[in-house]
Amino acid sequence: MNGNNISGFGKLSLGLGFTFLYAPILILIIYSFNASKLVSVWAGFSLHWYGELFRDDAVISSFGLSLKIALFSSAMSVVLGTIAGLVLARFGPFKGKSLFAGMITAPMVMPEVIVGLSMLLLFVQMQQWLGFPAERGVLTIWIGHVTLCMAYVTVVIRSRLVEMDRSVEEAAMDLGARPLKIFFLITLPIIAPAIASGFLLAFTLSLDDLVITAFLSGPGSTTLPQLIFSRVRLGLNPEINALATITVLAVATLVIVANRVMVKAEQRRARLAAAG
Amino acid sequence: MPRGRSLVTAIPYGWLLLFFLVPFLFVLQISFSEVEIASPPYRALIERTEDVLNIALNIGNYSYIFSDPLYFDAYLNSLYMALVTTLTCLVVGYPIAYTIARAPEAKRNTLLMLVMLPFWTSFLVRVYAWMGILDNEGLLNKALMALGLIDAPLQLMHTQLSVQIVMVYAYLPFMILPLFSNLVKLDGRLLEAAADLGCKPWKTFLKVTLPLSKNGVIAGSMLVFIPAVGEFVIPELVGTPESLMIGKVLWMEFFDNNNWPMAASVTIVMLALLILPIIYLHKREEKALARAAQR
Repeated sequence: MNGNNISGFGKLSLGLGFTFLYAPILILIIYSFNASKLVSVWAGFSLHWYGELFRDDAVISSFGLSLKIALFSSAMSVVLGTIAGLVLARFGPFKGKSLFAGMITAPMVMPEVIVGLSMLLLFVQMQQWLGFPAERGVLTIWIGHVTLCMAYVTVVIRSRLVEMDRSVEEAAMDLGARPLKIFFLITLPIIAPAIASGFLLAFTLSLDDLVITAFLSGPGSTTLPQLIFSRVRLGLNPEINALATITVLAVATLVIVANRVMVKAEQRRARLAAAG
Repeated sequence: MPRGRSLVTAIPYGWLLLFFLVPFLFVLQISFSEVEIASPPYRALIERTEDVLNIALNIGNYSYIFSDPLYFDAYLNSLYMALVTTLTCLVVGYPIAYTIARAPEAKRNTLLMLVMLPFWTSFLVRVYAWMGILDNEGLLNKALMALGLIDAPLQLMHTQLSVQIVMVYAYLPFMILPLFSNLVKLDGRLLEAAADLGCKPWKTFLKVTLPLSKNGVIAGSMLVFIPAVGEFVIPELVGTPESLMIGKVLWMEFFDNNNWPMAASVTIVMLALLILPIIYLHKREEKALARAAQR
């Protein structure tokens, strides 16, 4: 349409939209440096609540647990999600494919209370029949997170595989390369950026999950979102502001850096394609 | 399918069958059970005493759901809240998605990332951020009083309105993203042609842009509506105890009342409400992917 510029109406809607999206987060960050114990009364700049936060053993240990679970969950969901994406994009029609594709879509939109409760009931039955898993805890949370996160990873990988130019793969096939070799030497490097963003997405989803975790956790396995939730339920708490600020800044930095790297990689590929 | 491929397929397929689909059978089973003081707190449906096999299907939970207005009101309220959230997200999100889709390509990626960034940061933190704003002693009330618009603080927190605001805030990116990916494909020449033929901008929007973006509108609306029906965290933190949402009822039955069979029945009814929208959304997404693959 109108070349390089955003219209007045466009500027207005973006301005209002981004104010709505970012004002609450900015206010939260500003008030994390508040000296007062009352969250809404400004009493001067202070790092007091950050100090409190780092001395809070419950926060530190639940954060450690959350990181551990997020790391293992995202690793597993990347493996399962890449396979599932490949199956859906490349294996052609097979019996039960639409059920499979349906089981990928459903966990992403299904209310989390439903997913959490149903998984819990499965584990309870399994324990009665098989004696495994012996108790709710890290293992059951991990299974829950993997099931949720692999769906997201699959969607990312699948759409990359569908968009991707297949000529190199076809050339390799014509030259007699075996499917497994083609996958590891050609397909995998091409979809590597999608795998990386799938991993990042899975990691942040797992790190943030509250509802599924609440159903699947046992005594002694309190994750960071569970701890935040139990404190926030009692009302505003300046220590949580400090914690929230750190999370927001860490995630924002990670996402912006990853986005930069991926855009650069994309540009390089486009240049190479144009040159070749 | 060749053997190797079958084996590879079996790994994620088996995982999802076992951990996603099969659990619903247990939910269904336990929804027909009775609560019992035991561990786990429900009675098995099939019992064998001596040589008699007893199968007891208890439909009491379901008749209770349909007779007690608490549940009915909670379902109705959830559907209503999800609908209002969806429509508000559509009205707020459409101009944003449209502007980003029409923006110069160099800026598009940055703008899109700015929309996505809050989605990546913690959901819980974003809900919490609003608690400080909507509180009686909070910033919004302070600002309104400082401006002289009100004399006494308004009750904003723990109302239906506060739930609405925070739900729109939390779900907005799910509306903008599918709308954007639909609108970005819209052929600008169609809009130019309409303008050349003397069509007014708002008429072009109603006659050309909106009908062509139907798929994006439907996808975005479903992505917001379906999870919003079962939302628990937002009504729990900023909602009111007078108008419950069904996600919270399920949570209370399970965690507070320890009534697993009732929680299971509530889940089954919620699934029955949501299964058609989920299947519909899925069918549309598959069609869109098939079209993308052909191109």
